[in-house]
Amino acid sequence: MTNLLEVQHATKRFGSFTALQDVSIKVPKGSIFGLLGPNGAGKTTLIRIVNQITLPDEGNVFLDGEPLQPHHIKDIGYLPEERGLYKSMKVGEQALYLAQLKGLSKKEAQDRLKYWFDKFDITNWWDKKIQELSKGMAQKVQFIVTVLHRPKLLIFDEPFSGFDPINANVIKDEILQLRDEGATVIFSTHRMESVEELCDHIALIHKSKKILEGRVSDIKRAYKANTFEVGLLTNDDNGLFNSINDKFDVTTADFKTIDKQLKLRITLNDEISSNDLLSYLSDKAQVLRFNEVIPSVNEIFIKTITENE
Amino acid sequence: MSNLKLIIRREFIARVRNKTFVVMTFLSPLIFVGMIGLITWLTTLNDDQVYKIGLLDETGNFESYFKNTKSVHYIDYSNLTINTAKDSVLINELYGLLHIPKGKSNTELEKAIEFYSEEAPNIEILQHIEKIISDELTHQNFKKQGVDINIIEKSKAKVDIQVENFLGEKTSKISSYVKMFFGGLAGYLLLMFVIIYGNMVMRSVIEEKTSRIIEVIISSVKPVQLMIGKILGTTLAGVLQFFIWVIIGGVLFFIASFYLGVDIQPGSSEQVSQILQDKDAMKQSQLILEDIKNLPIISLTILFLVYFIGGYFLYSSIYAAIGAAVDSETDSQQFMLPIIVPLMLAFYVGVFSVIENPHGTVSTVFSMIPLTSPIVMLMRVPFGVDWWQVVISILILVISIWFMVVFAAKIYRIGILMYGKKPTYREIFKWLKY
Repeated sequence: MTNLLEVQHATKRFGSFTALQDVSIKVPKGSIFGLLGPNGAGKTTLIRIVNQITLPDEGNVFLDGEPLQPHHIKDIGYLPEERGLYKSMKVGEQALYLAQLKGLSKKEAQDRLKYWFDKFDITNWWDKKIQELSKGMAQKVQFIVTVLHRPKLLIFDEPFSGFDPINANVIKDEILQLRDEGATVIFSTHRMESVEELCDHIALIHKSKKILEGRVSDIKRAYKANTFEVGLLTNDDNGLFNSINDKFDVTTADFKTIDKQLKLRITLNDEISSNDLLSYLSDKAQVLRFNEVIPSVNEIFIKTITENE
Repeated sequence: MSNLKLIIRREFIARVRNKTFVVMTFLSPLIFVGMIGLITWLTTLNDDQVYKIGLLDETGNFESYFKNTKSVHYIDYSNLTINTAKDSVLINELYGLLHIPKGKSNTELEKAIEFYSEEAPNIEILQHIEKIISDELTHQNFKKQGVDINIIEKSKAKVDIQVENFLGEKTSKISSYVKMFFGGLAGYLLLMFVIIYGNMVMRSVIEEKTSRIIEVIISSVKPVQLMIGKILGTTLAGVLQFFIWVIIGGVLFFIASFYLGVDIQPGSSEQVSQILQDKDAMKQSQLILEDIKNLPIISLTILFLVYFIGGYFLYSSIYAAIGAAVDSETDSQQFMLPIIVPLMLAFYVGVFSVIENPHGTVSTVFSMIPLTSPIVMLMRVPFGVDWWQVVISILILVISIWFMVVFAAKIYRIGILMYGKKPTYREIFKWLKY
């Protein structure tokens, strides 16, 4: 798989403050790439560099194998976190204007806008001014404007903020469809559940440095601690706990069940396989639950950040 | 369509569609002409007043010389004593009482005539009365000395120096005022244009910041492009407004002067004779017209355009930078000083220094300094400026505009993405190095 976007050793300083230090990322073609990090980590600076809003002091950016150039602007669709539209301009005019700035002809822009307005069922908004729309409605217009020129790379900064759950879902489905049609998506957010749901690659930026990057499955594999969550049915909870505790590294676990169980979290060392544990447990009690604990992106996020403090 | 064109178009349409713009465009000329009309009307209102003056001429020598005019009527109180005359003036609510005492020599009389009135008398009326009495006294003095007045009248000479330049063209005596008027008008127009449209540019930048569309836009176009497009679009809107003003103003003045002209026509014979007497004045006003025709119209127009556009560009890029640096219009006040001070300085240097000596050191220096040169040079041009000075001044201006646009673009580029805190001059200076 080739990379659509490659950032190599990007550094950006504002006076004495370093906003980005030697950050490199590779965004594979056709992926949904989560750009994560606490507030002020440097995500926005990185995104602005990709958008050619700011120039890096050092480092290079390649889009589709070419060094980033002004004409690449039309290959990128960017929905910034600080977003807005001209309040006193009509929706249609404004969408046409922004689409034309991205290099579409007026005719093309009109046809595509018609398609999207029909799709979102908002055709009757065309002659309304933005100030007459609600925030969520304006966000929809903004989303359309971002994707209208069919860019290869879509950059969304907190795309779901301002949407109710239903519309957030509509937008999510649109993003997935755009991905399926061949677009690559960079996704900057704090909402880890949407990262979990959508992203196949992530990069974590903290204090202007990248501290983690890779395929989500690979990262999870690396972060799992060979820990298993088990639910056991037995007459003697204490006796069973003690005998397991002698042999393994055990803590109590908490998960929801309908009946009373002995709930444990067991961490194995490299010499013991999960099968060994399962057969050991099945000898002693009835095993109602046996599953490997996979860390969530949220847990990985918090763990890496605290480790790097 | 290129992005710059798109931006210019959008900015132009946004300005022109603005309700304030529409109202200002069509209302201002009406207000302006209305004001002039009002002032004219108020003046004629004043003219209608008739001053009734009681005349107590105890000598009986001057009475016959006081003839009623349109605005001054004399009422003869000569058979009353001074006290009764005073009383009847008060009772009849006359404007005043002129008392010429008897038994004085002509020399004594010069200081002995009194005018009583409730309020401080109108200076014009006093001068009028003084002239009548002085003339008569002079005549009497001549007679006493045995001089024939007719001979004196015949031998009176009146010198009127004809002012010409070295090319032999006649000019009016107030030629320099005519020139100053045109230069001053040009300078004033530029001053107003810079303030009104510069502010518009600034507001438009602030609007983009507060509506948060700025990042969307500059992910499509370069900030410099946006800034220049904005300035140009607003300029076009301003030029359009200007044009409409000139047209409406012209039409309104035509209508107004037509009505005023009709008003003047049925003048009394007195007025006609007055006009005939003012033949000299007419010649003078013809010379003024001649002066206006003799102004270097073509070079004046070209230089007006050059300095107008140049000066406007210089200042509006500062306005754009200020708009980018602040979050709201109220915050912009602290940065207005660098705009207002040079503008005012230029205007006052123009008004006071250029009229006194258009080619003096002060005028020349200020017509070179870029922030003041557009206004000061525009004021100097009607007086004729050496071409090399104009060239140097324009050269300095063009270079400064280039620097100013680059400088403003840097502040603009950083400023538009900064939210929340009010920057200081020091911080803005730091942005230049990013």
